[in-house]
Amino acid sequence: MLACRNGRLDSLTIRARAIDPVAGLEGPAKVTVEDGIVTAVESVSAAPEGLVLAPAFVDPHVHLRTPGREDEETIASGTEAAAAGGYCAIVAMPNTEPVVDTAAVLQSLVERAHEEAVVPTGFTAAISKGQRGEELTEMAELAAAGAIAFTDDGRPVVSAGLMRRALAYSAVADRPLALHCEEPSLSSGGQMHEGRISAELGLTGWPSVAESLMVARDLALAAYEGRPVHLQHLSATESVDAVRRARAAGVRVSAEASPHHLCTTDEVVRTLDANVKMNPPLRTEDDRRALVEGLLDGTIDCIATDHAPHARHEKDAPFEEAPFGVIGLETAFAALNTFLVRTGEVPLATILERMSAGPARALGLPVPRIAVGERANLVLLDLDSEWTVREDGFRSRSANSWLLGRTLTGAVVKTVADGRVVFAA
Amino acid sequence: MTERNRRHLLGVGDLTRDDVERILDTARGLERSLDRELKKLPTLRGRLVVNLFYESSTRTLSSFELAAKRLSADTMVLRASGSSVDKGESLRDTALTLAAYDPDVIVIRHPHIGAPHLVAGATAAHVVNAGDGKHQHPTQALLDLYTIREALGRLDGVSVAIVGDVLHSRVARSLVEALVLVGADAVLVAPPTLLPRGIEALGCSVSHSIETIADADVVYVLRMQAERMEAAYVPSLREYTALYGVTPGRVRPGQVVMHPGPMNRGVEIDPRVADSDASLVTTQVRSGLVVRMAVLYDLLTAPGLPSAVAASVLEVA
Repeated sequence: MLACRNGRLDSLTIRARAIDPVAGLEGPAKVTVEDGIVTAVESVSAAPEGLVLAPAFVDPHVHLRTPGREDEETIASGTEAAAAGGYCAIVAMPNTEPVVDTAAVLQSLVERAHEEAVVPTGFTAAISKGQRGEELTEMAELAAAGAIAFTDDGRPVVSAGLMRRALAYSAVADRPLALHCEEPSLSSGGQMHEGRISAELGLTGWPSVAESLMVARDLALAAYEGRPVHLQHLSATESVDAVRRARAAGVRVSAEASPHHLCTTDEVVRTLDANVKMNPPLRTEDDRRALVEGLLDGTIDCIATDHAPHARHEKDAPFEEAPFGVIGLETAFAALNTFLVRTGEVPLATILERMSAGPARALGLPVPRIAVGERANLVLLDLDSEWTVREDGFRSRSANSWLLGRTLTGAVVKTVADGRVVFAA
Repeated sequence: MTERNRRHLLGVGDLTRDDVERILDTARGLERSLDRELKKLPTLRGRLVVNLFYESSTRTLSSFELAAKRLSADTMVLRASGSSVDKGESLRDTALTLAAYDPDVIVIRHPHIGAPHLVAGATAAHVVNAGDGKHQHPTQALLDLYTIREALGRLDGVSVAIVGDVLHSRVARSLVEALVLVGADAVLVAPPTLLPRGIEALGCSVSHSIETIADADVVYVLRMQAERMEAAYVPSLREYTALYGVTPGRVRPGQVVMHPGPMNRGVEIDPRVADSDASLVTTQVRSGLVVRMAVLYDLLTAPGLPSAVAASVLEVA
């Protein structure tokens, strides 16, 4: 269940190159929206240079820091950021203070989203009470209250026994589990990818195998219980390989990669800038290429920002003391366009599909489409626009971006979410 | 110190080979001054050197203190205990507070990697890293190079075996980088669990056998900390000593032995080795003083002075 504040449904006409991989649409078009509904999609002879109209984006993995850390993000500021990033739906993680592990907390969030969310927002609930990995939450009641999925994101479900029970019981709630795969006895104390650069810097390593081992365990349990799983923020070659094999064997698995894992590597940690510290960590160029391969062949079917706002004074600390995570909603498309599309690594249509239909399907949300009769969920992009990422340029309450100071190519011009224009540059 | 990081010594990576040679030559000139009856030089009179120590340290702190005093600088020590650090003040705020005194140099030791870099970005002072976590300890590497060069007469082609807990050692990391920089060979000798994965990328080789040290000119012994046993890096100190302890039978005549201190006698180094003529341990302490004097001098005078000019400046001083 997605929630946002009510507003006037808009009418508008957009002329651009329309790309909707799901609807099979590709070419110059004039799209008409009346009172929030797409009423006409007409082929035209030409469209303004560089302008692309696509189904708006869906982010399956966002931290809105509400309740508890409203200094870092609120539902209002986080959804403003999402609107500016071209999103028509986002899904918030439950690792807040308190954790979203009861229907009462979840309902209060849904109510607040109805009051302040600019973009339709869904909430996930924890798999285990307090995300302590001991007892299951009341999944059926939470699902009835609107939980999109269940996740202990931020930490793994350490006990294989509890994970098995969670998988089995999730059938009652009829919602997928979204899993943060990390074997803590291997990643404990880890600050960055374990390899050449961690050896050089002396930072404790967070090895790839700590992720891929848990991916393998969770896929084996999902296969055994016959339940779908959604794997969050994959970072390592071995994890992508494991997902590919499992899917070929019939396991229902969807998988995310984040723009930062797709676009950059652990080389940048040499700067010791806390804004390149994330969990899972940035890995090697080989891992980055494996993620891109996975994106191309569909093994990775979702791009998720893992938008993780942190207060400036907390990130402004020695690398080892700083918290994990970076924001990403407002830079996701531009980063992917700059580092993957313009370099020829990934076709634009693939990026657009993995940012919209892929995540929507993975979490059972409506798939945004450019089609007559559909509620308008559209993003207008300028592929050639250059802009520089600046600390004071975010709608998010936090500015912990790995891209500060970088010049990116590609910008969101307009976002239409659920029939309303929620962002216009 | 390279153009980009000219004003700081945060890691060995900030240094070129020329920088190293200039600093070591300056140190040699300064060592001669220590033979005088009146050991104090007026060179840095009126300068302020702040020692900001977030970890307990005896030898490094006293070495920096004395180095600054021998050059007539004013010095201040801020320790993690008994200061606002204990009241939860952030490192940046502490740095900004210190900056109000306009220090010329901040020497910082911190348990966390990147702390000196943060201070360097927050203040106008020259920052010297006196050890950040497991990352870097560049003045230790410089004093070790100085010690080796004084003992063997050269650095190029010298072979150094570094024995012990490389994984947790900023000393090992800095020293390997410095040895590679000056054309020496480094081999790391340790059990596989105490070697960081991928460390060969620094340009060293690795071995799991103590026999390897026979080929080296210098045997450099690292401190083995008892708390490593708790995390199961090695099964016991007893087994570690049996396999990797540097004993008289394992040191061949003509080799020199070094240790950054403090030593665990009977664990990583046999007392008979520590006290033998082959041991350069006390020489290292003396080298530490003159090398740190040279680093302070180098940072606070025009960088890139040819060593002959530097030496004459010192003579005048």
